[in-house]
Amino acid sequence: MNAGALRVVEVEARAYRRTWRGSVFSSLLAPLLYLLAMGVGLGTLVDRGPQTDALAGLDYVAFLAPALLTASSMQTAASEATWPVMAGIKWRGTYAAALSTPVRVGELVAGLAMWNTVRVLMTAMAFGIVGVLLGAIDAGRLPALVGVALLVGAATSAPLLAYTASVKDAPGLSHLYRYGIVPAFLFSGTFFPVDQLPDWASVVAAVVPLWHGVELARYAALGLPPAWHPVAHGGVLLGWAAAGAALATGRFRRRMTP
Amino acid sequence: MTDPPLVVARGLTKRFGDFVAVDGIDFEVERGEAFGLLGPNGAGKSSTMRMIATVSPPSAGTLQVLGHDPATDGPTIRAQLGVVPQQDNLDLELTVRDNLWVYGRYFDMPRATLRGRIDELLEFAQLGERANHMVEPLSGGMKRRLTIARALINEPVLLLLDEPTTGLDPQARHVLWDRLYRLRRAGTTLVITTHYMEEAEQLCDRLVVMDKGRVVAMGTPQALITEHSTREVLELRFGDDAEQAVAVGKIVDLADRLEELPDRVLLYTDDADRALGTVHDRGVRPDSALSRRSSLEDVFLRLTGRTLVDE
Repeated sequence: MNAGALRVVEVEARAYRRTWRGSVFSSLLAPLLYLLAMGVGLGTLVDRGPQTDALAGLDYVAFLAPALLTASSMQTAASEATWPVMAGIKWRGTYAAALSTPVRVGELVAGLAMWNTVRVLMTAMAFGIVGVLLGAIDAGRLPALVGVALLVGAATSAPLLAYTASVKDAPGLSHLYRYGIVPAFLFSGTFFPVDQLPDWASVVAAVVPLWHGVELARYAALGLPPAWHPVAHGGVLLGWAAAGAALATGRFRRRMTP
Repeated sequence: MTDPPLVVARGLTKRFGDFVAVDGIDFEVERGEAFGLLGPNGAGKSSTMRMIATVSPPSAGTLQVLGHDPATDGPTIRAQLGVVPQQDNLDLELTVRDNLWVYGRYFDMPRATLRGRIDELLEFAQLGERANHMVEPLSGGMKRRLTIARALINEPVLLLLDEPTTGLDPQARHVLWDRLYRLRRAGTTLVITTHYMEEAEQLCDRLVVMDKGRVVAMGTPQALITEHSTREVLELRFGDDAEQAVAVGKIVDLADRLEELPDRVLLYTDDADRALGTVHDRGVRPDSALSRRSSLEDVFLRLTGRTLVDE
């Protein structure tokens, strides 16, 4: 099982070698821009505003940074589990090539999930380094924060691998972004606490993996008590990852070996 | 004792919902032969090929590939198989060499072995000078040769080629045929699907003619022609349908069999030149006349009443 999955990771890594410079550069630039614009720019206004206890007495940038690291990790997991996967399934047919070798469907899916984890790790580390350098993240708490990011990555990539294998073509992925990823990014408590929204919003948020990730991220990076017990948040994320993993191989099998 | 066949299909069937793509076919592929599946688009050739390649489970019947059951031993079979799909699925973002490299790694080939093998294959595919070029801008013929080279990376016992030269210009096609001859001479067993009768005649020792999911004939190209057609064919073209209809009335007795197609009339006879002389003697004046030997195209027409290539 694992041998084939590792081969898939190796091949993905070899393809990545061509674009890694641009990719690493943008992984460093994105957090820099976000933290400067939102954290420092917008944060200055927020911090001067009327004091509420919504931010638990923190500077806005400190409140924002760990959550944004997690949200960026979700975005990386999502983008890596959608467009390039559809390319492999349909536009370029490279997965069909892989499956004409001894590699099994389950190994292909496991390998893609593992590579996705590597990419999420790179995003989280790049964000973490920028955050530490800007003084927005405590270096000592970074490993735990990255661990949360990896968990959110798994809870995102596994279901989305199943989703991508289930939709016909690009429109299915565009809808996912429009109605799924972008709203999750904006309304999962990253930029403001969910309790600032109407009550029903927090019910919706409880389903979204990122909200659990954001709660855990502030707990890991700042010691803020999360909405639920940390184990419960972690359990929901693991549940998403496990359900997605259980679905993904079947979805790939149906799509690739009809 | 002869070697057991590499592929044995009995009542092999593939259904997609209500559609029957392959309808209970039987055939065997012997070690060392070039075996063809000839038929028009939609005949079930590619579905058959995908079942042999273990990436499409049969709906009914039995299939053995290299002595194994594809349903349970897919990876074992695929380790000894080379697959050239109908559509090239090279990684366009990698170089020519890297395409061979990553494919070899999927087979878990040791890096040192792989390096040597890649150099051999680049030479075989006449792509040595392009080794470090990206795949995207290569010509169709080069991409096809690279796909074939890639399929050979694991030194397969059995090479499956699905429409290997479809979409290539005649020159690229001949270069490719030449490469396939070499493989066959070196002892690789080939299974080839094609809807080009010339390709089937050039490459295949033995073939099945498929139509609508069924096998309608099986044998060597020559035996099929002898059995289902005459030695020669006279092709006549006329100015319009009315003229053609009148002419057919005057010459229908000249041939063993006469086929009327929308654009021409085919007279099956053992001596086409003599038949043409008689056509002229009877005052029939076709716009053009061509006498030629019978081909698999004629066999297919005889067996199915249709032409192989949509014209």
